[in-house]
Order: sequence, then structure tokens, then C-alpha cells
Amino acid sequence: MGEPLLRLQNITKRFPGVVANDSVSLEVYPGEVLALLGENGAGKSTLISILYGLYRPDEGEIFIEGRPVKIASPLDALRLGIGLVPQHPTLVGRHTVAENLALGIGTPLLPARRIVPLIERIAQGYGLHIDPKAPVHQLSPGEKQRVEIVRALLRGAKVLILDEPTSVLTPQEAEALFQVMRELKAAGKSLIFISHKLEEVLAIADRCTVLRRGRVVSSLPTPEASKTKLAQMMVGRSVSFERKRANPQMGEVLLRVEDLQVRSGRNLPALRGVSFELCAGEILGIAGVAGNGQSELVEVLAGLRKMEGGMVRLAGQPLVANPARLFAQGVAHIPEDRIHMGTVPSMSVAENLALRTFHQAPFARGFLSNPAAYAANAEARVKEYAVATPSIHTPSRLLSGGNIQKVILARELAGQPRLILAVHPTYGLDIGATEQVHRVLLEKTYQGAGVLLVSEDLEELLSLSDRIAVLYQGRLRGPYPVGQISREQVGLLMTGGEA
Amino acid sequence: MEEILNALARALSFGTPLLIACLGAILNERVGVVNLGVEGMMALGALAGFALAFGSGVGDGNLWLAVLAAMLAGALAALVHGFVTITLRANQFVSGLALTMLGLGAAGLLGKRFEGQPLFNQPPEWPFTLGAIGLALLLAFVFYATKIGLSLRSVGENPAAADLLGINVLGVRYAAVAVGGALAGLAGAYLSLVYRPSWTDGMTAGLGWIAVALVIFVGWSPLRAIFGAVFFGLLYYLQFRLQGQSGVPSEVFASLPYLLVILVLALSGLRGQQGNAPEALGKPYRRGER
Repeated sequence: MGEPLLRLQNITKRFPGVVANDSVSLEVYPGEVLALLGENGAGKSTLISILYGLYRPDEGEIFIEGRPVKIASPLDALRLGIGLVPQHPTLVGRHTVAENLALGIGTPLLPARRIVPLIERIAQGYGLHIDPKAPVHQLSPGEKQRVEIVRALLRGAKVLILDEPTSVLTPQEAEALFQVMRELKAAGKSLIFISHKLEEVLAIADRCTVLRRGRVVSSLPTPEASKTKLAQMMVGRSVSFERKRANPQMGEVLLRVEDLQVRSGRNLPALRGVSFELCAGEILGIAGVAGNGQSELVEVLAGLRKMEGGMVRLAGQPLVANPARLFAQGVAHIPEDRIHMGTVPSMSVAENLALRTFHQAPFARGFLSNPAAYAANAEARVKEYAVATPSIHTPSRLLSGGNIQKVILARELAGQPRLILAVHPTYGLDIGATEQVHRVLLEKTYQGAGVLLVSEDLEELLSLSDRIAVLYQGRLRGPYPVGQISREQVGLLMTGGEA
Repeated sequence: MEEILNALARALSFGTPLLIACLGAILNERVGVVNLGVEGMMALGALAGFALAFGSGVGDGNLWLAVLAAMLAGALAALVHGFVTITLRANQFVSGLALTMLGLGAAGLLGKRFEGQPLFNQPPEWPFTLGAIGLALLLAFVFYATKIGLSLRSVGENPAAADLLGINVLGVRYAAVAVGGALAGLAGAYLSLVYRPSWTDGMTAGLGWIAVALVIFVGWSPLRAIFGAVFFGLLYYLQFRLQGQSGVPSEVFASLPYLLVILVLALSGLRGQQGNAPEALGKPYRRGER
């Protein structure tokens, strides 16, 4: 196979208290897709940061085409031919595609105009469709990703690192990305593909390298890998991929939404007449590309946004637009922005756990608060949900995403919620934490709660929901019983096609 | 007819310092740094300019040197703000307010001996006015047609992206803050060398604040700043014009600039101008922080 384009040898990176990368070695050959797998905290991000010049390794060496190199900054990485397509695009939203791509490399005069022919040549060469004149904030996540890929190629990238590129894409968009990846591969580029989604890894990668706790556990050619095998290597124990939903027990209609109309924060119509019913004990999945009205729907149901028209009834009663009273009536909300909406980052775990009930006994005694009650409550919840926190007095911002999510679940699901609004409940969580969140949600449905599950992860929706509906431009398609709709059909509905 | 022409001429001469200071503030804010110290930097510039012109004897060559000194004074004061907010990452609003108070106070103290002294030779007005308009055009050209402008705007919108692509975010910010301060100093020099020409404590009379408000009013656009400055120049002119002719107490007119600032911000709010603000405005940048 000749010489690897990029080779890492015994890379070690320590942070206070942790060894993020422990003697990691890997190599990528030209025209190859290497999948890099691992749970959160396995050391993937650290490794990428080292490759992209954001961190410097404590030990070990990096070779490009056999030559040892030092990567001191992202600019160094770009010069050496290492391009990164980050998970969250680093683009200037207000600028056009051409302006973004000209940044740092354009001609002194009219940089954005002069670069257009170059962009078009690269875009056509690899089948990347982008409009250089479009403002970036109007682009879909998939389009932004293509801009990032073009940027790396414009700067002569030979190695392209794709950090969880499909996490924001519909199945169709993901397929289009894979097509581009195949073109790049054919042109002799090396690709490092990072993903949690094992189907995708098996579909596109030539080799898989699995990291666990900072070490390379295994490196194997894809034909020798399977989903269960990879998951087992990542987690360190066996993982089941069965459909998790067994015998739902549906009760009466819990939530009835009729012809709901809502305006967004920008005062544009966000929901244009949405109707559906949700029964007790049911999980209703809402699929859709972000920005099609999901946030507004959940905000209305959580009492955070006014409706323009239509009717929402909770257990037969009109919905009161007041989050605190809704919570008292049994509406739990697991918000999409878990750090800023779900918790107060600078407050302690114990305080965050009492945010819903701090005004009642035992947390309040008259107008004084009762620290002992906070502590007792927190100790119990932290134990019940296995929250990994140094102490209950630790500010929640210091916790990992998975543990912040556990704090939110523990707070929202305490007592017996009747309606659970769960938005991207497992986004960014690793397999272990995801399993726990799913288990808790399922448990609650067996106790009679209805769950509205908003997610962009189709695997999650299909494995948990009883029925799935799709939001597209403020209109709801469905709900369809899960057995009667395929992944591909949901994907088509998400982009406005017909199932 | 003559009245209108006269009004327009006066509006231009009132508008010139506003425009110059406003362009400086636009440059600052386009790279993401709010500098509320414009008023203070103007006062320092006005004093530095006057002191040099007065102290070094009377001669036109020195007048231009005085202008240069004013710009230098503004730039130095701005660099203090830059150090505090860019390197030390302190709150930009607090630092800017401190700079205004410091500038006004220091200029008042140091300027005691120039108080009431006249300047016999003064530079002509037209180079300043034309220069200010030219500067607005130049700034618009730089912003939208050059590589430097693209870097400037990107640093103000998404410093993390700019940093990733090898733009020296802190360097760009320092440079813009220094040039912005120099322009505030220049606006001050216009007041003490051309407009008055003399030094009195508090002679900036809130013009710096109006320049800051004007930035929002014109939506961070150098070209629109020309019209905004003339418009406010006209209001200033009317304020003085009406002062002698009505029975309204002069304190009411003296408070007009501040009422104007409130008016400007209210108008901008109505027009939804805040949405034009650079994305990273007011946010210190630290590598690796999201």
C-alpha cells in the first residue's frame, strides 16, 4: 500500500488528572477512509485537536508523507495539508460563501469576487454543489458542511478530518456526503471519519480504529468489523441493538393539539396548523431538520411561547401558558439546549436539582430556604441517576454533557410526570449515557406518561417511538405507526418530499 | 434660500467631528470592540492638539503637527482600553466608561493653563470636512472590497473562525482600536483647533456620546454615517439657532444632545437596527472557548 500519508506514533497528551491520549498510534494511506470510533471522553477530540494544531502532544511524533512535522497552529495544519471539517461549522454567518472562503487567502483587492472561479472549479470537480454568492446563515447544515469541505480543499488539504459530519444531516444528505467522500477518495485524499453511527462507519470506512479511555483498543479493516463488535470495543461490554420498544400500553388521549399556529422569534409563521393526539403511555416521535418548527412546538407545550391560533388540550383542559403551573400539572421538559435552558451553569448540582420545586416545602421554609433539604434531595437523585459529579455542590457547568442531562432528567422526572417533552435527549451523549436516557423514558411510559420525543437522530426515533410524525416548514406530516414507515420515507418527508 | 444654505454649511461643520468620531467607533465595533470612551478620547485629543498648537508658537506647519499629536493622544488612550479589554478581557462597557471619565478629568486638569487662551492661527475647515467624507468612502471600500476589510469584518463576526484560518485576531483588534482612537482624537482636534478655536473644559459637550449612538443609528455602515452625521449636525445647528429666539430656558437646549442620543437609540430600535450589530460585538476573545 506504500507510505501512509499521515502517521501518528505514540501520541500522548495529559491533562490535569487525566491521560486523554495514551500512546496513540495510527496511520492513514492515500485514497483511504479511516473511521475513528470511541465514546465521549475516549480521546477523539483531543486527538483531532492535536492534528489540527490546537493542542501540542506531550509525547509522540506526527509524520506526513514520512517527514516528521510539528503542528503548532491550525494555520500550520492547513499548510501541511490537514483540513478539518468541524462538527459545528466555523463560518461567518452574515458573510457569503465566497467571503468565507476568501478569508485569509483571498487577493488583496476584491477577494470574494476573485475567488469564485476557483470555488467553482473545486466544487464541480468533486460534485459539491454550493452557491458562492449565498449568505451562509441561509444555508442548511449540509450546505455549510460542503462549504467547509471546499475550504479545506481550496487550501490544498490532502488529509481531511470529518468530525461527526452526519450528526446534523438527513439520510439523503448523508448519502450525498458519502458520494463526495468517495470522489475525494478516488482523487487520492485521505479521510478520517469520526462518527457515533456504526451503520455509516460500516458503509463508508475502509478501516476502523477504536479508542477507549485514550488508548487504541483495536484497528481493523471494515470487512472484519460488525456493529456489535465495534460497539463492544467502544463501550467495553456488549450492547444490544434490538428495537427497544416492547408492548406499549396506550391509555386515553393525553394531549390534543388542533390546528396550532405559532410565530417564531423572528415573527415568521413557525407552525402553520399542526394537529395531533398523544396518548398516555405512548411515545410520539417528531422528526425534522432543525428549524422547521420543532422548537416552537415544544415551547408552546412547555408554556414558553404564545400561540397564534388553534387549541391545545392537556387531559381535556385548555393548556395554561405558564411553565411553573404546567410542571405542577405534570409536564416535564427536557430542553434542546441542555446547558443554558436546562440548567443554570454556575449553580450547584443540588440547586439545579431543586429549580422546579425550590419554592415549596421542604426546600422552602417560609421565605427561607432549607439547605438540608437541597442536600438530601440531591444525594438521592445523584445516586438514583448515577450522576458522576465530584460533589453535589459542584457547579453544573463543570459536568460533562451526559451528566448534565442526567441532572435534568432527575429533576424533571421526579414525581410522576404525565407528559414528557424530550428534545434531542441524547444529542452528543455516548452509547452508555444514551442507553440510560432511553431506559428512563421507556420506564416512564410504562408508568403511564406520554412522551413527545423530538430528535434529529432517526435511529433513535425509530427504535423508541410508537408513531412518528415529521415537521417540515411548520406543517406536520403523519403521525405514522412506526411499523408502516421506513427510514428512507421519513428522510424524504424531512426534506419536503412525498413518502 | 440663503438661510437654507447657511444651515447646511453649519450642519456640515457640526457634522464633521461627529462623522470622524463615528467612523472611528464603527471601525472599533466592526472588529467586535465597543469603546464607550469616545468622549474621553475626544477631550484628550482636543487638549493635546490645542496644547501643541498653542505652546509651540504660532505657525501653520505646527497646526498640522498639532493634529497629529491629537491623533496620537487618542490612539494612546484607546490602547489602554485595548489592553484592558483585549488582553485582560475585561468588560468593554466598564472600561469604556472609565476611559471617558478619565479622559474628561485628565483633560480638564491638564488644560487649566490653556483655559481662555485664544488661538490666532487656525487651520481651514474644508480639509477636515472633505477628509471626513473621503475617510467614510475609504472605510467602506476597505470593508467591502479588500482582503484587509474581510479580515476586519470576520474578526468582529466570528473571531474563532478567523483565528482558525490564521488571522491574528488580537492584532487586528488592537490595530482597529488604535486607529479608532486616533480618529476620536482627530475629532477632538477639530473642535479645539478649527471649530472654537480655543480650549475650555468640557468642550466636547456630549458629541462623543452622540457619535457612539450614531454608530447604531447608521447600522455600522460608513456610508450611511455621512448622512447620519449631517442630520445630527443640522439638529445641533437648530438647537443653537432656536436658543436665542424663544423663551425656552437655555438649560433645555443644553440637554438636547442627550435627548438626541435617546431619540437615536429609540429610532434604531424601531428600525430593528440592533440586528445589524456584529455578532461578536462586546465579547472578548479567548482561543478555544466556545
